[in-house]
Amino acid sequence: MSAAHDNHDHGHDDHHDHDGGHPPSTLKGYATGLILSVILTAIPFWLVMGKAFGSSSTTAFVILGFAAVQIVVHMVYFLHMNARAEGGWSMLALIFTLVLVVITLSGSMWVMFHMNANMMPSMHDMRVRP
Amino acid sequence: MSELALNPAADAAKPRYYLREEHHPENGTLLGFWLYLMSDCLVFACLFAVYGVLGRSYAAGPSGADLFDLPLVAVNTSLLLLSSITYGFAVLEMQRKRLRATLLWLGITGLFGLGFLGLELYEFAHLIHEGAGPQRSAFLSSFFTLVGTHGLHVTFGIVWLVTLMFQLGRHGLTGANRRRVMCLSMFWHFLDVVWIGVFTFVYLMGVLP
Repeated sequence: MSAAHDNHDHGHDDHHDHDGGHPPSTLKGYATGLILSVILTAIPFWLVMGKAFGSSSTTAFVILGFAAVQIVVHMVYFLHMNARAEGGWSMLALIFTLVLVVITLSGSMWVMFHMNANMMPSMHDMRVRP
Repeated sequence: MSELALNPAADAAKPRYYLREEHHPENGTLLGFWLYLMSDCLVFACLFAVYGVLGRSYAAGPSGADLFDLPLVAVNTSLLLLSSITYGFAVLEMQRKRLRATLLWLGITGLFGLGFLGLELYEFAHLIHEGAGPQRSAFLSSFFTLVGTHGLHVTFGIVWLVTLMFQLGRHGLTGANRRRVMCLSMFWHFLDVVWIGVFTFVYLMGVLP
């Protein structure tokens, strides 16, 4: 009995990562992050304030792309995110969260957009219904 | 270690002891704090979704193009970005075990944070003064909720920063204090990441025609 108990008790002991999953920060890393962030922030502001593109949707897609790249830059250079930190658990939690964030954002906008379109009362319907 | 556990019948008689808590001081807190940040990320995702749905419902009131002052937002963004890099310098000084330099950079970070908050409060006061308060339209309600929640996080980050500076001044760079500095570092950089979403999705896309 106790043997079986022992056995299942140690099932999760085999991801024996070495501690110190956070490598020391370096000045080079922070400087690279800063320079990239400044560039990736300045370009979207310039695109919008200088009205570089004619169409709004093009501008929107381009600046969203810049934001996505900048978020990755911050994650890598400032938050020191990598697949090995904490034995991979940080990355796993991040991926899980990103999946939920994408579902929340795209799902809400998709559903609510269609609901707005379908709930729009047209005069015709209002008159026919009792 | 796992081989031992796999054939327990062989040495079931002998008591075995495992130190399963051994990495906790180094790793557990940072991973746990990361999980907290991820749940915070979900809070912000919900608020972003609300803004995405309601952000164009002006109720015949002012739109983002009428209200937002992009140069002010640019200054705010650079303040937060600079505070991120000065926090990085504080962490670097902490790794070199220089207490005074760490405290100095933390103080500069706090000043940048206060500047950011001051500009944001100025913007809010200006909007409310113009009659564009949170009760004006669904767009403004969701705007104030999202940006206000971020500002509240920055406020608490500054409170934590000041507390930590007193702790560092009193106890020095002990293991516990170093861990706290790393946690606040994650929190502070995370707020900067959220702000990237805010200035892109709310301000820049808000002024697009």
